[in-house]
Amino acid sequence: RLLSHSTAQQLRKVTLIPGDGIGTEISASVQKIFEAAGAPIEWEAVDVTPVKGVDGKFRIPQKAIDSVNLTKIGLKGPLATPIGKGHQSLNLALRKQFNLFANVRPCKSIEGYKTPYDDVDIITIRENTEGEYSGIEHTIVPGVVQSIKLITEQASRRVTEYAFKYATSNKREKVTVVHKANIMRLSDGLFLKCARESAEQYPNIQFEEMYLDTVCLKMVQDPSQFDVLVMPNLYGDILSDLCAGLIGGLGLTPSGNIGEAGSAIFEAVHGTAPDIAGQDKANPTALLLSAVMMLRHLDMFDYARRIEQACFDTIRDGKNITGDLGGKAKCSEFTDEICNRVKDLQ
Amino acid sequence: VFSTKYGGKHRVLLVPGDGIGPEMMFHVREALKAVRAPVEFEEISLNSKTACDSLIDQTVLSVKRNGVCIKGNIETDHNNPSSQSVNVALRQRLDLYANVVRCKTLPNVKTRYQDLDILIIRENTEGEYSNLEHESVSGVVESLKIITKQRSMRLAQFAFEKAQKDGRKKVTAVHKANIMKLGDGLFLSSCQQIAERYPHIKFESMIVDNTCMQLVSKPQQFDVMVMPNLYGNIVANVCAGLIGGAGIVAGSNYGQNVALFEAGTRNSGRGVAGQNSANPCGMLFAAGNMLKYLGLDEHSSALRNAVVNTIGERNIKTIDIGGTATTSEFMKHVLDELHHHTPEIGTFFE
Ligand SMILES: Nc1ncnc2c1ncn2[C@@H]1O[C@H](COP(=O)(O)OP(=O)(O)OP(=O)(O)O)[C@@H](O)[C@H]1O
Ligand SMILES: Nc1ncnc2c1ncn2[C@@H]1O[C@H](COP(=O)(O)OP(=O)(O)OP(=O)(O)O)[C@@H](O)[C@H]1O
Ligand SMILES: [Mg+2]
Ligand SMILES: [Mg+2]
Repeated sequence: RLLSHSTAQQLRKVTLIPGDGIGTEISASVQKIFEAAGAPIEWEAVDVTPVKGVDGKFRIPQKAIDSVNLTKIGLKGPLATPIGKGHQSLNLALRKQFNLFANVRPCKSIEGYKTPYDDVDIITIRENTEGEYSGIEHTIVPGVVQSIKLITEQASRRVTEYAFKYATSNKREKVTVVHKANIMRLSDGLFLKCARESAEQYPNIQFEEMYLDTVCLKMVQDPSQFDVLVMPNLYGDILSDLCAGLIGGLGLTPSGNIGEAGSAIFEAVHGTAPDIAGQDKANPTALLLSAVMMLRHLDMFDYARRIEQACFDTIRDGKNITGDLGGKAKCSEFTDEICNRVKDLQ
Repeated sequence: VFSTKYGGKHRVLLVPGDGIGPEMMFHVREALKAVRAPVEFEEISLNSKTACDSLIDQTVLSVKRNGVCIKGNIETDHNNPSSQSVNVALRQRLDLYANVVRCKTLPNVKTRYQDLDILIIRENTEGEYSNLEHESVSGVVESLKIITKQRSMRLAQFAFEKAQKDGRKKVTAVHKANIMKLGDGLFLSSCQQIAERYPHIKFESMIVDNTCMQLVSKPQQFDVMVMPNLYGNIVANVCAGLIGGAGIVAGSNYGQNVALFEAGTRNSGRGVAGQNSANPCGMLFAAGNMLKYLGLDEHSSALRNAVVNTIGERNIKTIDIGGTATTSEFMKHVLDELHHHTPEIGTFFE
């Protein structure tokens, strides 16, 4: 850990990538709320718009890379899909730089935003570097394609261990490994084996194994039976979206990409919403909750709890919520209300 | 009206399988007797304990001979890397290329979304289920997913034919072609190609992760869905969960001249086996689909209606869908319904 709870008052520098479209508004909102909460975070805002290098290729500005290299922690707003192909995407650059091996998405029902599911409190942890996303595919003969799913012991161990570590530090009770080893006996079998071995090191966390299909079946029937889920890349992609769907979609779900040596990038998974950009209408909740995840990652649990509660209280209260939640408030009004509440919270 | 088309009985292979399979098959037999279906069973006790090459061969032969099979799930021990799934082996050897699962909300079963009627059509023989894996070096495993144009086209053709026959309006292809550009790309382009031949059926495509999000937030938008093997496994289970669970969904597998009927989510239900508590509806619906495939339309509707009336009008339900009835209590009502609905005249083969 880079920072222990006792020294939490020291300022921690964090790279902020405000992003495009509504990105600037929601980033400003997060900064304002953090200030009101007195969170000891010093933001270093960087621009990641690709610039043309001497060789004519477009690249992420070196300044941005340097900043994340130094701070090891980033908070990122939505980025517009860059026009003009050929340059390395920011996500790819960051993923490579920090070996962001796990994607973590908490999905918690938000009181005041009604969906048919109101008892969701799930963390999905997805292996982020291999599996079906190995990108190795070829046409063997015309009309016959082979895609390779790659599972390694090293990556499987790393992500399953992280799941138990996460469960421990976030006071969760159970980790479920999601697999399909009845069909993919070697590859998912290897992932499962690593999960079992990681589980042995954490006897205080309950461990459960479940087939992907059974998880899907039970998830839509009664999501309250799940706690932390860990799984290979594709299953994680699918289940994290499914869980987000349970609580009302990507607009409210935070996400974190966890890398080696404590590095991590936290981001809102939603887009840049060009239709409402610059109109003070955006809902900053997803980015704010991503920033709350970041605080927890930095062991600043008290700040995280207060900010999260102020946000949830504001939504539940319903008087100052944004249009996407069915309210009439502007982004700034929603933000001010959270600021007022966070000051009063102990 | 209640007579066989061919003047004799249809012979069907029955494989009880593991878990609740044997209990469910007992109830299927009772129901078919009550509806006086001209069906005679040949039984093979293929399950996880008895499975061996010769019994699998015998089963394959029998399905080919009879043309029709009804089967419980056979469990796979995933801790033993050399034990291959018997279910997959049967599907591949019989070339049962299309799996069909219909998820339709039942009257009087409480669900979060009402009025769903989704038809899932799934590639059933290749993809991630190709059984091609190797450990290149220690700790590094490659698993091959195979997608072929021939099978993708054949499945897409099946899906559109089925959609047309059932009077459906829209087919959605589910894929991950943004990542698996070649493999899922081939599947998707095959669907697009077939779709052009059915201009009156709307065709859409959707990425699998978004599909799952949509399914739990706006499932009414889906009509017929067509997809590669693994996504079918996921989507069918999500949809089954939406309409009330594994106990009420039937699944059919179709090949060139053979058909195999089973529980929609292919669970063995080990956890509820032997307790007289499992829901027999899924397997009864599977039997109903089988009767329809045999051309026994009246028997099929009688069976289906008996089950639906038991739940809807009589309000008799097993615990998994919010009732209190045991399996046998539930069956007593189904059989009673069947006696009411089955005309006195007709052929009773016994
Ligand atoms: N598991 C299945 N496999 C294949 N086709 C199915 C399956 N379940 C239902 N169907 C198809 O759905 C259509 C209607 O189903 P079925 O005849 O079983 O019910 P029904 O009583 O007619 O229902 P409804 O009143 O809703 O039409 C038929 O074309 C049938 O083949
Ligand atoms: N016919 C049925 N009636 C009631 N419940 C069923 C039926 N079929 C499956 N289920 C339930 O659906 C879930 C998934 O079934 P599955 O066969 O995968 O479970 P299992 O591993 O065999 O048993 P369990 O999870 O209960 O230990 C289980 O909770 C099972 O009890
Ligand atoms: Mg996704
Ligand atoms: Mg099971």
